[in-house]
Amino acid sequence: MAMTEPSPARAPRGAPLTLRLNGREATFEADPQTTLLDLLRDRAGLTGTKKGCDRGQCGACTVLVNRRRTLSCLALAHAHAGDDVVTIEGLADGDRLHPVQAAFVAHDAFQCGYCTPGQILSAVGVLAEGRAQTDDEIREAMSGNICRCGAYPNIVAAIAAARGAA
Amino acid sequence: MRTFEFVAASSSADARALAAAGGARFYAGGTTLVDLMKADVERPWRVVDISRLPLASIEVRGDVVRIGALARNSDVAYDDAIASRFPVVSEALLSGASGQIRNAATVGGNLLQRTRCAYFRDTRWRCNKREPGSGCDALDGFNRGHAILGGSDACIATYPGDLAVALTALDARVEVEGDGGTRAVPVDAFFLQPADRPDRENVLAPGELVTAVEIDADPLFARSHYLKVRDRASFEFALASVACAVRLDGTRIAAARLALGGIATVPWRARDAEAALVGAKADDETFARAAEAALAGARARTHNAYKVELAKRAIVRALHWVCGGAA
Repeated sequence: MAMTEPSPARAPRGAPLTLRLNGREATFEADPQTTLLDLLRDRAGLTGTKKGCDRGQCGACTVLVNRRRTLSCLALAHAHAGDDVVTIEGLADGDRLHPVQAAFVAHDAFQCGYCTPGQILSAVGVLAEGRAQTDDEIREAMSGNICRCGAYPNIVAAIAAARGAA
Repeated sequence: MRTFEFVAASSSADARALAAAGGARFYAGGTTLVDLMKADVERPWRVVDISRLPLASIEVRGDVVRIGALARNSDVAYDDAIASRFPVVSEALLSGASGQIRNAATVGGNLLQRTRCAYFRDTRWRCNKREPGSGCDALDGFNRGHAILGGSDACIATYPGDLAVALTALDARVEVEGDGGTRAVPVDAFFLQPADRPDRENVLAPGELVTAVEIDADPLFARSHYLKVRDRASFEFALASVACAVRLDGTRIAAARLALGGIATVPWRARDAEAALVGAKADDETFARAAEAALAGARARTHNAYKVELAKRAIVRALHWVCGGAA
């Protein structure tokens, strides 16, 4: 692939974009370079999804897109028009925590909490994938979520418990 | 990120027309393109969204398995037709990136991820790949992760993918759609060594689109394996990796395929090593001889000489495993 020519001068132009966000249709006007992460945080006001590295290395921005865990920082928002997106704000059923949320609380699976929304969404995705049967498999499946506090043992315990409860 | 024009393609022909002018990029999973755009390394003036095109199916057609270019890495890895016929492909995919990234990344995008190193990713350094003719700061820099095979004085960046290494061992073909129709390019011929043009990484012309990968369901491939050695157990690039397949006739090796990753500028087919294996007894002495043959042309730099021995040991271990010995 040849290197690209410098881009011709083009004004960034917002274009309408509709997706299903935590169960509701939501429409935004967003520039082409808006990532799904920035759309969620800056446009939808859903700041539960965290911007850690913003380069796909830490997992803090993990959300569910069409029920599968993915990194919102590496996704262009406009490529997800019409998709079903679930963030940490959409996981509980009213005041009733999602089983994975409840398990994280019960097992003290966090310290500072910054990585926690991504950890939880990733864990929900892992359990839906149904392949993490052992603790080692949970660790491997969760390797895309970094916790700088090092809460890993309790995170693994919480996911194992949520798997049993599901 | 610089701004650009975002267009969703309605068909593969539409996608090719939108990208024909050059300087445009296809968007499938976005995982590597968006990262490099944030780093200001990729600067497309137009991004063509192909993610909705109907190119994601995995089909068994007689003795050939066809994987659509937009099939997600995770879907391919867990597909029964793939896992049973080509374990090396499943293992390579599952050793790559993280669960989240495998859910987004596609087979076509995976093949087309840039061959890259830290100097390529950081615009403060000289890089012939990023800016042809500017020089290479990796040659005398921190080159612990760099290639020992297939490099040139212009570039020693390592091809970072796992899937293509497995596909190279299996003689897979990349289906490319262009203005003149569709052609099948052997994976081995698809990637280009840097020579004096490291900015060119494959044979695609602007506007050409990868639409599928085809693998012959050779019974040989059912006994295959991918071994990846890296700095941590998961979510890390290879320092050395081995894709291999064997057919045994008693204690002798009747057929063998071997490809290497993490140590070369392209997915590296080790044909000399294969020649050393075929007809020989399946023991560690033979494996060591094959490993010597595979690395005979290695050229190490200041910080990556360890890769020569690491790759040899990885080859012996992978062959030992695939021939039925204890890992």
